[in-house]
Amino acid sequence: MKARTLFDKLWDTHVVRDLGDGWALLHIDRHLLHDLSGPPALADIAQRGLALHDPQLVFSTPDHAVSSRPGRVATTFALGGRLHVALKERSAQMGVRMFDLGQVGQGIVHVMGPELGLVLPGLTVICGDSHTCTNGGLGALAFGVGSSESTHALATQTLRMKKPGELRIRCEGRLAPGVSAKDLALHIIGRLGVAAGVGSVIEFCGPAIEALDIEERLTLCNLAVELGARAGLVAPDERTFAYLRGRPYAPAGEAFDRAVASWRTLAGDPGACADREERIDAGAVRPTVTWGTSPEHVVTIDGRIPEPQHIADGARREAYTAALSYMGLEPGQPIVGTPVDWVFIGSCANSRISDLRKAADVVRGRRVAAGVTAWVVPGSESVKRAAEAEGLDALFLAAGFEWREPGCSMCVAANGEQVPPRKRALSTSNRNFVGRQGPGARTHLASPAMAAAAAIAGAIVDVSDVTGAPA
Amino acid sequence: MRFDPLITVMGAAPWLPQANVDTDVIIRIERLTSLPRGELGPYGLESLRYHEDGSEDPGFVLNQPMFRGAPFLLTGENFGCGSSREGAVWALQEMGVRCVIAPSFGDIFFSNCFQNGILPICLPARAVESVARACAGGAPLGVDLAQQLLLPPDREALPFTVDPLRREALLNGLDDIGLTLKDDALVRAWQERDRKARPWAWPA
Repeated sequence: MKARTLFDKLWDTHVVRDLGDGWALLHIDRHLLHDLSGPPALADIAQRGLALHDPQLVFSTPDHAVSSRPGRVATTFALGGRLHVALKERSAQMGVRMFDLGQVGQGIVHVMGPELGLVLPGLTVICGDSHTCTNGGLGALAFGVGSSESTHALATQTLRMKKPGELRIRCEGRLAPGVSAKDLALHIIGRLGVAAGVGSVIEFCGPAIEALDIEERLTLCNLAVELGARAGLVAPDERTFAYLRGRPYAPAGEAFDRAVASWRTLAGDPGACADREERIDAGAVRPTVTWGTSPEHVVTIDGRIPEPQHIADGARREAYTAALSYMGLEPGQPIVGTPVDWVFIGSCANSRISDLRKAADVVRGRRVAAGVTAWVVPGSESVKRAAEAEGLDALFLAAGFEWREPGCSMCVAANGEQVPPRKRALSTSNRNFVGRQGPGARTHLASPAMAAAAAIAGAIVDVSDVTGAPA
Repeated sequence: MRFDPLITVMGAAPWLPQANVDTDVIIRIERLTSLPRGELGPYGLESLRYHEDGSEDPGFVLNQPMFRGAPFLLTGENFGCGSSREGAVWALQEMGVRCVIAPSFGDIFFSNCFQNGILPICLPARAVESVARACAGGAPLGVDLAQQLLLPPDREALPFTVDPLRREALLNGLDDIGLTLKDDALVRAWQERDRKARPWAWPA
C-alpha cells in the first residue's frame, strides 16, 4: 500500500463516495455553528422543508455578535441580541446542543470546540468561519465553509469536495525562550506569503512543532488560513492525548484508550510525501509584529518599517505604499517606539488560558500606560473562570486593563466593539486587513506577551524592555 | 435550481490589479449583520470605492462610467482571501459581477462563487494583464463556459478550464443538496460502518 500522509488518512477515512476527477462526497463528523453563520443556515434548512441529517453532530454557541462588556446579556449589543435569539430558537427546534451565554462551553467557537473535546483527532470538522482551521492543532481535518456549504452539510452530513493539495512546513530546531507560536506563525507567513497555501492543506511538522503544547498548536493552525490554506494540521501525539483526557465530550475510560489506539495510527507513514515542502529554522524566529495591512507584512521587533522605494516589483511597491499610508507609518523607522492607543488580548488566535498567563507575566506589578485602552477578552467561559480562579482578572484590572466577557469582540468587530478610525491597536488576533477592526483602524498583530508589553509601555516594544529580563 | 444558469457572459471588464483583495475589503462585516442580502451592492469594495466622508472616489476604476455594473472583474492573485463570508460573493453579484478572473483565489471564496452562479476563472498573471489591457477602454469581454473560452476584444480566444462537476452545476444551475440526497443510502451505510469502526467519533 502507498505510504500515506496524515492528511491522506483523514481524507480517505471520510470518503463516502468517489465522485471522480479528485472529487469526493466527504462525511462531516462535527458541524459547529455560531451566531452569525448559524441562524441563516438553519433557517435555510427550514425554508427548504429539509431536516438536519444528524443533529447530534451539530453544536452551537454565540460568539461573533455578542457584546464582551462586563455583565453583558444577550441584548447588550442589540443586533447581536436578535442573532442570539435566532440561534437559540433554531437550535432548540432542530435538536442542536447550544452552549449559551454564561454557561461552561460558551465561547469563541474555535476555543470551545477543543476545550470541550467536541473536536478530536481524526475527525472532520466544519464551521461557517475561516478560522475553523484552528482545530487542526489536534489532528482533526477542520476547515471553514460558506453558508451554502454549511446548509449542504446540515442537510446531508457531507460536503462535495475536491481533494486539496498538501504543503508540508517542517520547522527545525526549537523556538527560543520568549518566542511564541504566534511569532512562529507570523514569521512563516512573512517568509512564504499569504498565498503560499492556496489550494492546499498545510501539515506543520518537525521538532519545533512536536515541542509546542496543544494551545500553541491551536494558535499556529489558526493562522494557516492566513497562509491561504483551508486547513492546518499537526499530527496528534502524547501531548494531544493528555490534553484530551477527561474533556467533557471526549470518550472516557476504556473508550478513551481505544480512541488513543486509533489516533496513534493517524500520523503520516514513513516516506509519505506532500506535494510541496518548506523548511523553517524555528530557532531563528524572533518576536515578530505586523506593520501593514496583510498578515505577510511582518517585521521582527528589532527591525524597521520597510521602504517601498527600494522595492523593484511595481505592484508590491504600490501595495506597500498604500499599506504604510493606511497605517500612518514612516518608511525606514524602527517598529519599536511606535505609539499604540489600543491593546486587544483575545480572539481565536490567542485567548486561551496559556495566552492570558503569558500576558499576565508581563503585566504583573505594572500599569497600563496613560492614554492606552487595554482589553483582555477571554476566549471562553471556561477560560474566564480558570483565569479568575488564578487571580488573573484581579491582576489585569489592577494594572488598568478591562477584564471582559468571552467572545470574538474586537477581532471581528461585528459586535459594536471597534478600534476607532486612525487609532493604532496592538492586537493578538489574526487579521490586520483594512477596516478589519473598524473603519480606518490600524492593527498590528503580535503575541500576547508583546501586546501586554505594548500596553505597559504605550508603544510597540520588545518584551524585555518592559520586564527587564534578557530576551 | 438555486441560481440562473451561467452559460455566456459579455460586457465590460475593469481591472483591479491589487493582489490579496480580502473579503473584509469586499464587504465589511457590519454590512452583513445590518443589511439583508439584496441590499449589499452599494457596499461592495466600499473602502476602495468611497472616500472616508462617503463621497465616491472618481479615480477608482469601478466608478468610471464604462465600468459601472460591469459583469467581469479582472484582478490580482489570492482574490477573496480571508473570511468565509459568502456575503462577499453576494456583494459582488449585486454590483453586477458574474465572472471574476485572477491568477488565484482564496479557497473558500472560490467555492462560494460556484454556490451562487458566479464563475471564477484562474488564468496566469500575464494573461489576466493582457486581457485587462485589451478591455481597458471599455471594449467588451466575452466568456463561453460550455466551450471554456474567454473572448477578449480583437484577440484570439483564450482557453480556460473549470472542474467538470462545477461546470455542469453552473451551466444547469444544479442544486447540490438534491444531488447528494440521492446518495443518502450510501451516507447512512457509511455512518453505520463508522459507528463500529470509530465508536469514539460519535458523541454519547
